[in-house]
Amino acid sequence: MPENIVIIGAGQAGAQAVQSLRAEGFTGPITMVGDEAYAPYQRPPLSKAYLLGVFERARLFLKADTYYAEAGCELILNTSAKAIHRAERTVELTDGRKLAYDKLLLTTGARVRKLRCPGADLPGIHYLKTIADVDGLQAVFQAGKRIAIVGGGYIGLEVAAVGAKRGLDVTVFEAMDRLMARAVSPQLSAFYAAEHEKAGVKLKLKTGVEAFEGDGKVQRIIAGGQSYEADIVLVGIGVVPCDELAVHAGLASEDGIVVDQNARTGDPHVWSAGDCTRHIGREGHSIRLECVQNAIDQAKHAALAMVGKPKTYSEVPWFWSDQYDLKLQIAGLARPTDRLVLRGDPASRKFAVFHLRDGAVAAVEAVNAAPEYMIGKKLVAEGKTVAAETLADLSIPMKQMA
Amino acid sequence: MTAKYKVTYIEDSGKAHTIDLAEGWSLMEGAVKHLIPGIDADCGGACACATCQVYVAPEWNAKLPPRSDMEETMLDFAPDVRPTSRLSCQLRMTAELDGIVLNLPRTQHA
Repeated sequence: MPENIVIIGAGQAGAQAVQSLRAEGFTGPITMVGDEAYAPYQRPPLSKAYLLGVFERARLFLKADTYYAEAGCELILNTSAKAIHRAERTVELTDGRKLAYDKLLLTTGARVRKLRCPGADLPGIHYLKTIADVDGLQAVFQAGKRIAIVGGGYIGLEVAAVGAKRGLDVTVFEAMDRLMARAVSPQLSAFYAAEHEKAGVKLKLKTGVEAFEGDGKVQRIIAGGQSYEADIVLVGIGVVPCDELAVHAGLASEDGIVVDQNARTGDPHVWSAGDCTRHIGREGHSIRLECVQNAIDQAKHAALAMVGKPKTYSEVPWFWSDQYDLKLQIAGLARPTDRLVLRGDPASRKFAVFHLRDGAVAAVEAVNAAPEYMIGKKLVAEGKTVAAETLADLSIPMKQMA
Repeated sequence: MTAKYKVTYIEDSGKAHTIDLAEGWSLMEGAVKHLIPGIDADCGGACACATCQVYVAPEWNAKLPPRSDMEETMLDFAPDVRPTSRLSCQLRMTAELDGIVLNLPRTQHA
């Protein structure tokens, strides 16, 4: 009897695992369970081209409709896993079914962090994580409407950019003193703040949200002691890992299901990959990554380990964000203590910030600067030392530094 | 119903795959959704990874829009780049491209 594999969570990591398991020669049955109505789809376009309305829904899906059947993967949608019974190796589903597994992969992803304050449950307050979320937002996302965006991170700012383009009146409320504070350097924050203001977006930094008010639906947002009128509210204040299933089954979680560099949990029959996990990163620190790169690469490594060909996961994390005509590409994980080196002039809207740690390139943030990003990523992977003066010198092509 | 047109992808080994692709979709998307080996497209079409390189047969090249600056610079980092190289995420299906033939490189990772 060939072994059978059950995958809980039908997102980017789950879809990648199915593809990689088959590519690595696994021939047994695969069952993938997802709690949304849709087969695995790409989330990055949701806050960008899909919200803008220039990217039809069918294009979001990661595989052709026929793929799962052809790949011998049973797809169970609109269904969650209720419990894992590790001793008997079964997963209990919300529809009452029980699935037996030889190997289990948890790709449960993350869910949006909810704002807790008076009025937070009023209709008209949106979050953005799924197709259904965007469809709900689309219906009211119209020119002239006033949208209050809570959170100046990637999601909030991508929606702000789309909103400004579509003619909405956009205000962003951010509790920290700069935009994308968790993700980018102060230089990038300042650059993006100026770009958003140029596009007519009002930024309220160091302004925490205290409450929402309205009669039957949200009409005002109270922030920093002031009241602002709003027709729509979009909250983008991060995500939390979906680890409850693992925790209830007695698997370790520390703000993320704990896995090793082969995506293994503490149970030899259970693996986990993607946003829901915490692992020891290539720099030796425990990290939780929320990105497409981690979903793809960790799922590939989980698949390799599941078929008995384990390989250490040590890929360089990379991220991107599209706001207006600016393509932000980041490789590596920056730290506040890194030495920052600017290459190019931000005024030209094409530049990069390199992060040096002990002389070596540890991360790169590139805006409309593909060579800086591509070579930078390579330098990070190799831990290469490059002099700050060389990095900053535009007369020296990036290719010479590789 | 969106019109659909034919695309043929030829692997480095010579194996050909012909699919139907809806107008407006990128030639990368067609390959990824139909699991054509040889197109990775890790970024999903954001022109952020240079892993969807194809070689376009000369008779089709004239029907394509020219490379953008972004595509040009990203291609600089793809392996085995030739004058006929394009990033397939930047190419949209149109009626004019019905029947287009794309050759795939041996690998997408330099």
